[in-house]
Amino acid sequence: MTRFLRNQGWVAGLLALLIFLFVVTRLIQPGYGSGDFGSLVRAVLPYAFAVAAQTVVVIAGGIDLSVAAMMALTSVTAASMMNGASEEYAFFVVPFVLAMGLVLGALNGLLIVVTRVPDIVVTLATLFVLQGAALLVLDAPGGAAAEWLKATVVGTMPIPGLPDWTDAWVPKALVLLVVCLFVVWLPLRRSRLGLSIYAIGSNELAAFRSGVPVARTRIFAYALSGLFAALGGLSLTISTGIGAPIPGPYLLASVAAVVLGGVALGGGKGGLLGPIIAVFVLRLVRTDLTLLAIDPNVTTIIEGAIMVAVVMFGAFITIRGRPAGATP
Amino acid sequence: MITNPLLDAMGVAKNYGAVAALRNASLSVLPGEVHALMGANGAGKSTLVKILTGAIRSDAGHVLIRGEARDVRSPAAARRAGLLPVYQEPALIPDLDVLSNLRLTGTPVEPFRAWVRELGIPNLDIRETARHIPLAVLRVLDLARALAVEPDVLLLDEMTAALPANLAEKVLEVVRRQGDSGRSVIFISHRFVEISALCDRATVLRDGVTVGVVDIEPGVEEKIVEMMLGARIEKTSVAAARMANETPAAKDSHPRLAVRNLQLGTKLHDVSFDLANGEVAGVVALEGQGQDELFAALAGSIRPAGGTIAVDGAPIKFSHPSDAIRAGIAYVPGDRTEALAMQRSVRENIALPFSAAPRKWGPIRVRRERMVVSSAIARLQIDTRAQGEVQRLSGGNQQKVTIARWIAADARTILCFDPTRGIDVGTKQEIYKLLRELAGLGKSVLFYTSELEEVQRVCDRVIVIFGGRVVDTFPVELADEPALMRAAYGLPRGAREDVGILADIRPASDTETAP
Repeated sequence: MTRFLRNQGWVAGLLALLIFLFVVTRLIQPGYGSGDFGSLVRAVLPYAFAVAAQTVVVIAGGIDLSVAAMMALTSVTAASMMNGASEEYAFFVVPFVLAMGLVLGALNGLLIVVTRVPDIVVTLATLFVLQGAALLVLDAPGGAAAEWLKATVVGTMPIPGLPDWTDAWVPKALVLLVVCLFVVWLPLRRSRLGLSIYAIGSNELAAFRSGVPVARTRIFAYALSGLFAALGGLSLTISTGIGAPIPGPYLLASVAAVVLGGVALGGGKGGLLGPIIAVFVLRLVRTDLTLLAIDPNVTTIIEGAIMVAVVMFGAFITIRGRPAGATP
Repeated sequence: MITNPLLDAMGVAKNYGAVAALRNASLSVLPGEVHALMGANGAGKSTLVKILTGAIRSDAGHVLIRGEARDVRSPAAARRAGLLPVYQEPALIPDLDVLSNLRLTGTPVEPFRAWVRELGIPNLDIRETARHIPLAVLRVLDLARALAVEPDVLLLDEMTAALPANLAEKVLEVVRRQGDSGRSVIFISHRFVEISALCDRATVLRDGVTVGVVDIEPGVEEKIVEMMLGARIEKTSVAAARMANETPAAKDSHPRLAVRNLQLGTKLHDVSFDLANGEVAGVVALEGQGQDELFAALAGSIRPAGGTIAVDGAPIKFSHPSDAIRAGIAYVPGDRTEALAMQRSVRENIALPFSAAPRKWGPIRVRRERMVVSSAIARLQIDTRAQGEVQRLSGGNQQKVTIARWIAADARTILCFDPTRGIDVGTKQEIYKLLRELAGLGKSVLFYTSELEEVQRVCDRVIVIFGGRVVDTFPVELADEPALMRAAYGLPRGAREDVGILADIRPASDTETAP
């Protein structure tokens, strides 16, 4: 039990914070219901994938600045391919775009490994490259998305055997998010490859000496990040029905959620669940502040303050909980 | 009968830029032998080990494993070839638990558990995160992990360094049995006691060249030392030399450092002692008995919960290491990476404490700095061929830099925490001599060492700490190794019981926080 708290305490704390925020939301806006929750999840969807993309790389001890640009490129690619095409054509578009993310991500990793240029520089460069490429594909927001794809994020998921009022709280977008993330993440977490990702982030030299193929693992981590970014791009196209070539605010949001989610920026620590909950927390805070009709400029100040406060509080708890004299 | 060597390396060379780390090294290990690899620091031992285990590629030479030429390109390939190293820094991933670490390397769990028990750790929790396990235990786990896959050749780099005596004993026993069961061990160590007890043969390296292979037999130490250093070094007892050329300093009214009733959490209880001017006081303790905290408190990096520290008779409270430095107290940590800016030059590292002294902002007086630094370098005979970056120096030279900076800063008290860990015999002698010289100049030294034989070479007096308390203080004349060992285990002086090998090896805090 102690160990569970030590390892999962952060996630549990975040979850408590999220529930607290829901309560606050109900107090501010007594009418806040399942429909509002559904739109919250839809708004969170691209953020969540961006965060997943960032998390994988950060756990492996790196950073990916090209996440938002990658999302923009994959989004416009999907939107322009589906523009005017048949509904069935989307069955080809989805895997194509995902493969594109995977390859571009792997390219990031390959550049970092081969050129030995620091990850922050390489991904900054690819950020610009991908941004330009996105504008080449579509120079203004446009394109279209297949109807059946749009339907995957709208409405709720009827679960047999459960009363309707519960169904109402299970938006399809949430199901999509959970399925996409965990189909990729859970098997990975339990595999040697997943262990290797944690290992190279935790201590690269020790990992190397333990026989971990460090270079290949790093490339894979970036490829996976690209895949998640492509999922994020697709979700953007699906939920808006068009593709926008200018990257949204996903890069900084992803780093914020990674930090808030208990993933050490130095690598090796944390999981995917924490950052995903963190992204909900951050979006819900924004919703609450909007409901309270607070000046949007003040909103961002409050968001920043909350982030620092939570991370500081978490560090404080960790230090207090550590046995006296133990190494940090 | 001629047995074919299990591992045969010939003509191995490796250059780092203009510096030749290895020029012509060879090593031949027979099946079932424990083979010592020896050499002064910078002789190329670590480089040879890295080449054998695939961590780096050699520029020339070839390696035969069981008579076949094998190109070991990575640690993973070395594992497949049956070659397993245990490095000085444990290769367990700090953020993963022990079980995940085993899965990462594909190590079978049951044999691992058996070896861990065999090595003297009866109740290991394999779901514990490696980061929370004490260093000494981690090293043993690393060894157990290697043993569990039954390698043909086991490479142990300073395996017993920083291990408490009880664990070291178990480790040596297990290594010995490996040899008996037909597997080979390459054993790197600076401790002659271990080598003569354990090894069959020794290969000696000097300046990147194998200068000899000798059978280990009584009295071979002198020969090996001679080979390692290329010249005879005299093994005079420092104690004798001290008697001859030092007159006891006039007793001051105040000791340089007076510690009274120092208290720190569960780690230190009621610690009191004095450190006089012109004295080297030894501190002896088993792993994790509070010595780390004592040194940290004296160096100003942690604040004690109770008790007083007085410098030259005036009580003082340190709230930052700079306070201690201003009082002339300098800390030389055992881990050199804690003390040095590894990417910076030797000059900058030495100059840092005095050039960047608090309240001395403004331009640095370059000429003066250069003068002080070069006199410190000359005094400690630091090998400055690679002085652009401290990280490229050998361990012994790095350690010299950490001491040199405080001599350059003219610190009056130096707290040395195991300064000779993993350093070759020659450099050790130089450090002993230096510490004695400092004492001769009226400076005082507090010297913690994990190698008991050093005590009589360097110290005037010994303070023994056990379980966070000063259990005994005795003059150096009585401090032979058996007496120190007994005292370190908390046994009263003169007691004759056997020292328990299976004494609790975990520091007190760990057992307390376990659920």
